[in-house]
Amino acid sequence: MNFFNHFGRYILMIKGMFTRPENWRMYWKELMHQCSDIGIGSLGIVMIVALFIGAVSTLQTAYQLVSNLIPKSTIAQIVRDTVILEFAPTITCIVLAGVVGSKIASELGNMRVSEQIDALEIMGINTKAYLVMPKILASLIMIPLLVIIAGVLGIWGGRLAGTLSGILSPEEFDGGLLSGFLPFNVAFALYKSYTFAFIISSIPAYFGYFVQGGALEIGKASTTAVVTSCIMILFADYVLAALLL
Amino acid sequence: MIEIRDLKKSFGEKVVINSVSAVMEPGKANLIIGASGSGKTVLMKCLVGLFEPDGGEVLYDGKNFTAMEDDERKELRQQIGMLFQGSALFDSQTVAQNVKFPLDMFTRMTYSEKMKRVNEVLERVNLKDANKKFPAEISGGMKKRVGIARAIVLNPKYLFCDEPNSGLDPQTSLVIDKLIYEVTKEFNMTTIVNTHDMNSVMEIGDHIIYMHQGEKEWEGSNKQIIYSKSKKLNDFIFASEFLQDVKEMRMLEAEGRGPDGKK
Repeated sequence: MNFFNHFGRYILMIKGMFTRPENWRMYWKELMHQCSDIGIGSLGIVMIVALFIGAVSTLQTAYQLVSNLIPKSTIAQIVRDTVILEFAPTITCIVLAGVVGSKIASELGNMRVSEQIDALEIMGINTKAYLVMPKILASLIMIPLLVIIAGVLGIWGGRLAGTLSGILSPEEFDGGLLSGFLPFNVAFALYKSYTFAFIISSIPAYFGYFVQGGALEIGKASTTAVVTSCIMILFADYVLAALLL
Repeated sequence: MIEIRDLKKSFGEKVVINSVSAVMEPGKANLIIGASGSGKTVLMKCLVGLFEPDGGEVLYDGKNFTAMEDDERKELRQQIGMLFQGSALFDSQTVAQNVKFPLDMFTRMTYSEKMKRVNEVLERVNLKDANKKFPAEISGGMKKRVGIARAIVLNPKYLFCDEPNSGLDPQTSLVIDKLIYEVTKEFNMTTIVNTHDMNSVMEIGDHIIYMHQGEKEWEGSNKQIIYSKSKKLNDFIFASEFLQDVKEMRMLEAEGRGPDGKK
């Protein structure tokens, strides 16, 4: 019952976002502000995570491929495909669910508790459209870009780790990268990233927007938002893989 | 003018507002007073549309607010200014940006016109030098004044103030009361103040509604309140011996007698 109650309110919140903006320029300004917050604000952590995941993938794949019959360039193929198919979209988005999701939930929760949302409502502003919509749109614009950056850096990190540890030469790695490459994998990673971007922004927005109480409840809403987003990302990851691969 | 007709609001089984009717006139400070939990905040939230009443009507200059479509409400809300209990200033914006926000959203003024208007209202609330400060850098009293400035920047016809004196020292409370009263008279606004501050009641209460357990228990002015026979009102307003003494003094003053009771 509780699930249906939350789901119903979530759908109504999404539906409530679609109204004519009171002032396009202000909405545009808010969208740009959110793009900067979500995109530029998360770039550092995404770069670090991607580099290390790519590097570790190379080392662990090499550790498991001990047979001399398998060419070393296979390591690059495996790293490329795991980074593109799973690590870049899913791991990056789970990290972003923590970084961006908690920020969205606590920002909206604080605005709710300190009556800033009421103040906007009384001015005649549709707060779902002005506060929630730009966050979702900005996530849909910036998160796929972050996933592309994560994919590129992950593969580069793998190449760097392979070269520095002497497992395979840069030429061997590059040869493996180009062999058997399926462009659909990149499209699949982007489908995932759009789906996860919507989850990462809309679920925390819901928990933050409807928070009731004080500082303690803002903290709880933020935690619930991150946990729910992570579970939904993993669930959506499975559904997309089952449907599209 | 705001007219409330037979307004009702319940939360589940609990009746919070029970058939309240009243008329709030322009150019007057209309005070809603009552103990905590008496329903005054819910009444104010019903008036501004943050809560939907279960029954009754709210009329703004004869127009039924409760029956309005969303677009009509949006339009009317641009004529409403509200000062919140916690000021509700936007944390990420400076004082000037907070006050400019309604102008950015609802007008097509140029940047210099907006800043001129912002400076005018900030000067009106005696806050000319705080333009570039953030809400976290100013005192509670200053936040309230910024809240008033933001509420009046679009020249609203109706001003709502929810507990404007909460958390303020008595001297700052008087400054805020005076400011609300002055802008009400100056711009002929219909001002509704939700308070349980007795200084406000006695100083600016042109029209007072006393709420008790969701019902309107008494209605009158600050001149009439000292003569009220309502026990509930007297117990609430003149709760301490000191306030009872003040009441007696005021009554003697009104009758032209001195503190000793002689003319």
